Amino acid sequence: MAFEGLTQKLQETFRKLRGKGKLTEKDVKEAMREVKLALLEADVNYKVVKDFVNSVTERAIGQEVMESLTPGQHVIKIVHEELVNLMGAKESKINISPKPPTVIMLVGLQGAGKTTMAAKLALHFKRNNKHPLLVAADVYRPAAIKQLQILGGQIDIPVFALGDKISPIDIAKASIEYAKKNARDIVIIDTAGRLHVDEDLMLELESIKKEVEPNEILLVVDAMTGQDAVNVAESFNQRLDITGVILTKLDGDTRGGAALSVKAITGKPIKFVGIGEKLSDLEIFYPDRMASRILGMGDILTLIEKAQQAIDEKKALEMQQKLEKQEFTLEDFLEQMQQMKKLGSLKDLIRMIPGIDVSKLNDIDFEENEREMVKIEAIIKSMTKEERRNPSIINSSRKKRIAKGSGTSIQDVNKLLNNFEQARKMIKQFSDIQKHMKKGKFKFPFFK
Amino acid sequence: MGWFEKLKESLAKTRDNLTQKVEAIFSFTTQIDEEFYEELEEALIMSDVGVKTTQHIIETLRKNIKDKKISTPDKAKEELKNIILDIMKKDKNLSIIPGFLPAVFMVVGVNGVGKTTSIGKLAYYFKNKGYKVLLAAGDTFRAAAIDQLEVWSQRVGVEIIKQSEGSDPAAVIFDAIQAAKSRKVDILICDTAGRLHNKRNLMEELRKINRVIEKEGSNFYKETLLVLDATTGQNALFQAKEFLEVSDVNGIVLTKLDGTAKGGIVIGISNELNIPVKMIGVGEGIDDLQEFDPEMFVEALFETVK
Repeated sequence: MAFEGLTQKLQETFRKLRGKGKLTEKDVKEAMREVKLALLEADVNYKVVKDFVNSVTERAIGQEVMESLTPGQHVIKIVHEELVNLMGAKESKINISPKPPTVIMLVGLQGAGKTTMAAKLALHFKRNNKHPLLVAADVYRPAAIKQLQILGGQIDIPVFALGDKISPIDIAKASIEYAKKNARDIVIIDTAGRLHVDEDLMLELESIKKEVEPNEILLVVDAMTGQDAVNVAESFNQRLDITGVILTKLDGDTRGGAALSVKAITGKPIKFVGIGEKLSDLEIFYPDRMASRILGMGDILTLIEKAQQAIDEKKALEMQQKLEKQEFTLEDFLEQMQQMKKLGSLKDLIRMIPGIDVSKLNDIDFEENEREMVKIEAIIKSMTKEERRNPSIINSSRKKRIAKGSGTSIQDVNKLLNNFEQARKMIKQFSDIQKHMKKGKFKFPFFK
Repeated sequence: MGWFEKLKESLAKTRDNLTQKVEAIFSFTTQIDEEFYEELEEALIMSDVGVKTTQHIIETLRKNIKDKKISTPDKAKEELKNIILDIMKKDKNLSIIPGFLPAVFMVVGVNGVGKTTSIGKLAYYFKNKGYKVLLAAGDTFRAAAIDQLEVWSQRVGVEIIKQSEGSDPAAVIFDAIQAAKSRKVDILICDTAGRLHNKRNLMEELRKINRVIEKEGSNFYKETLLVLDATTGQNALFQAKEFLEVSDVNGIVLTKLDGTAKGGIVIGISNELNIPVKMIGVGEGIDDLQEFDPEMFVEALFETVK
């Protein structure tokens, strides 16, 4: 996952803040120092970090802590909001020209991954029922044209090439004509990669831009780029007035701070991210999701808000202590279930918990689980207090009675007892995950 | 034009590079105070030296300034140079020239750092020194990588061993070593697929190539060179660490140093992993891969840009 490194850092930082009753200026500054280091280690540009930290510090100190949140949560909220602000408020799509073809020009440094990205984009559009044309306008790098041709072949998309003896400007021009004649509605031009300080290249790119008037000029940036990302982005943006950014190689363990830097310095949206070596590995960039990911919080803020409304804090605290001491009984289980029901569907809730891999949730049938919960409630309500507190005393005659009382079968009662055991295991798993993540005791965020 | 001039020239291309920054600090600061250190810290981080190494350098500088009773920014500047120089040079073999012949260089790195190009230039460098060079097209993964290396082999005028795209890279290397033996080649340079270092199976593939080299080229002088892009940030450290897991890494080829990036990460890599920089790429020309000279590197960093 792209930003996991940064995520961990920030989580560690905020763990220190959690549990403190009041948020002082000193707390904020201390936390912000950690945020600053984490962001720098993630290669976010120094100046961007400075601005970010300043704006968050200002907001955090100046503001009153919301009643429903702990001070720590409040700072997280502000950091999160500022991160979203920094990366763009919402996702940004490709501008499709009303009059085809839509022309997309890819620019960037050598090795950023332009040629591969051109093919990935083409495949993306093809899957959206478009008819892209790839244009090989990098006549300098040995075999760049051939690379594009091979990739085009793999995804069955035509590649327009005139060899490496024709000027890229003429190639680009001719490709538009070709697209019009052959009903290709998207033209993706792969340009030569060179350093942003290379005057010849910039002039060439400017000429191509003038000649083909692209709908999109996308700067392809390696997510692993360091402090220099701002210089690169600034140069390309000044000369070409780019319309957006594509971040590549985000599937490494790179923390991808370049994303923040580039966005901050150019103000241009990040439109796609490349996340793998396969040509189908392309994702639309969602700033809000990315910000949540950076914080490693899942959609924790929504969860916090919901929980604060629904859960009796005192009861929650008791529950947490019981969980930790493993004194959790069926009675508590029932109570927990009733509180949970106030929050919404189980699936939605679990999705919001940090550290949960949402993709694995698809294996679980949540509706089935919720029907099951109704049964469970009935069964537990048919037990005596003694039985609820100490399920081990439930023998077969007790089981028979409980089944009758709740209108279920003995199998159902057995199932519940197993379920309860499973729930205890699940709690243990949660705490294991949490221990693994940050070597601390697991605490439900809404139990604070 | 020597690389020192090129480097200076390229450094001059940007307005706020480290050189200027540090120079400005040293020129306008009359005393060594907290602000002085803070600005220094900023300048180092801005050149990708990294938080950890920057803190190490600053702490060392503080200590030395105190111990040696340094009182002027000028002297502090000399001290800073020495500290960085010490990190770059200490206990390191900076020479690319093989200890004995025949030699085999395995060149590794993540996608897009300029491996194939660096190999072409490296072949040219060795050929000019009078060595008989052979290239092995071990990147059978990326589309047209073999063609790209072949173009380089023609430019330089050296032979190349290749198979078709998608073939087993270890088999290519095996062939290349046999060819190197029978053709009495001095230096064999092996290209490998650019891989994201967190891709397990690709790293396994590298391990396999390594075994082939160990076994078939047991009488060869062997070095693994890691190609790093100067624009890469702190991730370069992770890259180096991951490659260290599957192979020794004896040296770094630092590419794209002719842009505005300072490549400060190599100071961090020298500091934390003790891997020396051996060659640097300062331009697009065939002769723009040059020996790394730490004195000049540090000198160029602190040279005033007019």
